[in-house]
Amino acid sequence: MNTSFAIETVGLNYRFGSQTVVKDLSLQVPKGSIYGFLGPNGAGKTTTIKILLNLLQSSSDKVFIFGKELNSNRTACLKQMGSLVEQPAIYAHLTGKENLINRCILLGINQRKVAEMLALVGLTSAANKKAGKYSLGMKQRLGIALALIADPELLLLDEPTNGLDPNGIIEIRNLMIELAGKHGKTILVSSHLLAEIERTATHVGIINKGELLFQGKINELHDLSKPVIKIEVDDSAAALNILSTTGAEIIDMDEGLVKIAYTGKAEMGKYNSLLVNNGVTVYAIYTEKKDLEHLFLDITSKN
Amino acid sequence: MRSFYISFVSEFYKSRKTLAFWAAIVLPLIICGLIALGYYYDSAKVLKYNYPGMILWFKYSGAALGVMGMLILPFYVMFMAFSVNNIEHKNDTWKTLFSQPLNKFSIYAAKYAYAVALLFICLFLFALLTYSTGYLLQMLVPKFTFNDYNPAIILSKLYGKLFLASLGILSVQFILSLIWSDFLKPMGIGFVGTIMGMITGSVGWKYAYLIPYSDPTLALGSSAAAKKANPESFAVFTQEVWVSIAYGVILFIVGYFILTKRNIK
Repeated sequence: MNTSFAIETVGLNYRFGSQTVVKDLSLQVPKGSIYGFLGPNGAGKTTTIKILLNLLQSSSDKVFIFGKELNSNRTACLKQMGSLVEQPAIYAHLTGKENLINRCILLGINQRKVAEMLALVGLTSAANKKAGKYSLGMKQRLGIALALIADPELLLLDEPTNGLDPNGIIEIRNLMIELAGKHGKTILVSSHLLAEIERTATHVGIINKGELLFQGKINELHDLSKPVIKIEVDDSAAALNILSTTGAEIIDMDEGLVKIAYTGKAEMGKYNSLLVNNGVTVYAIYTEKKDLEHLFLDITSKN
Repeated sequence: MRSFYISFVSEFYKSRKTLAFWAAIVLPLIICGLIALGYYYDSAKVLKYNYPGMILWFKYSGAALGVMGMLILPFYVMFMAFSVNNIEHKNDTWKTLFSQPLNKFSIYAAKYAYAVALLFICLFLFALLTYSTGYLLQMLVPKFTFNDYNPAIILSKLYGKLFLASLGILSVQFILSLIWSDFLKPMGIGFVGTIMGMITGSVGWKYAYLIPYSDPTLALGSSAAAKKANPESFAVFTQEVWVSIAYGVILFIVGYFILTKRNIK
C-alpha cells in the first residue's frame, strides 16, 4: 500500500442492514495534510470515521492506516490515532482533570501531560469541575484534549467545532493549523459546513449518500468554480450567434441571459463592443464566481 | 496482560466515586454494624439462652448471612453489574473505550474481573466484619462466649461458598447490562429470577440448582444441613457451586463474542 497516505481506503462499502451507508469509498488522506471531510448531515461521515477506528467492522484489505491494514493491525493503528467522534465521550461524574488522568492510565502515559493539555484547550481553571457540569463548548474542548493527549500522528475529528462560539472555532482552527504545520500531524476533520474548513484544509473530500463526489487539494476545488461572464441582452439568440463566432466558450443560455467562460478583462470588453456593434442591446455584463459554498451544494445535490 | 492491568486500574479509577464501588464497602459495614449494635444493646436477651461459643457464632453470623444470601446479595449483584456497564452506556463512552490501542478482550475481561472483584470485596468484608465485631462484642460484654470458638475457618468457607455460588447471577446480570443500556430490563429479569430462585430453592425443586438465581440460597442451605453433623466439614464445591462457576465461565466467553460481533454505536 502507498505509505505516503495516512489514511487510505480502497473501495470501502458499509451497510446497516439493507441500507448502504458507505459506497465504494476510496479516501486518500496524504500525510501531514488537513483533510476536510465534507458532506451534509447523514452523508456517512461519522460511519466512515467509526470504520477508520475499527468501531464498525469493515472487510479486510479495505482500510489502511499509514500503510498498515487496519483489521490485522488494530492496536498498532489505534496507537497512532486520536479521535473525537460525535459528542465528546466523557465521564460526567469525573472532573475534567480526572477524565484526562483516566485516559493517561489507559494509554500508559505520564500524567504530567494532563496540565499541559488543560492549558492547551483553556480548561485549567475548570480542571476540578465535574465534566457533566461543563458547557457544550467546554465538553468539546475536553474531547479535543483527550484526543490529543497521546500525541498521536493522526487525528480524526468529527465536527470538532460543534457547539463552540466564534472564538472557540477560531482557536480550534489555529490549533489544527499549528498541529499540522509545526508538528507534522495529519488531521481528518469532518464538517457539514464548507466555509468552516475552507480556510484550514489543505485537502478536501466531499461525500454524499455514502459516495465520494470530489477528492483533491483545496485549490483544485477552487478551480472547479471558474468564474463566468453573465451578459444580459435583449436578444439572447442573436447574442449567442455573434459570440460563438469569436470562439467564446458558451456555458449556458437563458431568456435574456448568456453565460460564457471568463478568460480575461480584455476579452470581456471585446465581447461587449462586438455585441453592441452588431445591434444587440447589452443591459448588463458582469463576472460571477461561484463561492465554494454554492459549489459544495451543487456537488452534493447532483447525486 | 498489560492491557488487562491498565484497563482494570482504569475501571477502579472511574468507579471509585460511584455508588457501585462504595456499596461494596458500605453494605457490609451497615449490616454487620446494625447486627453488632443489636447484640450489644440486647445482650441480656442473648445471654439468657446461655449459648455455647459455637452456637453463639452461628446465631451471630447467621443473622448477616440470612439477609445477605437470600435477598441483598442478588440485588447488590444486579445493581453492581448494571453500574459497571452503565458507566459506559450513560456517558456514551463505549466508542472511546474501544478506540484505545488496547486489546478488546482485555478491556472486556478487566470490566468483568472488576465486577467479580467488587463482589469479592463485599463478601470478604462481611466475613471480616462478622469476625471482628464478634470479638469486639466479647470485649465489651465479657459474659458472651465468643471466645470459646474460633469461627475463622467456617466463616471463610461459608462466604467463599457464597461468593462462588453468586458468580452465576453475576454473569447473567453482567451480560444483560452489557446488552441493554436501560435499568429496567436487567433489573426486571433479575427481580423475577431472584424470586424464582428463592421459591424453587426453598421448596427444594429437584432442578433448582440449574437456575443461577437459586444457587446462593441452595449453597447456604446445603451448608446449614451439613453443619449439624460436623460444623467445619461441609463441602464448598457442591453441585450448585459447580453450576454457578460453569455459568460464570460460559457466560464470560459468550459475553465476549456478543461484544465483538456487536458494532459500537
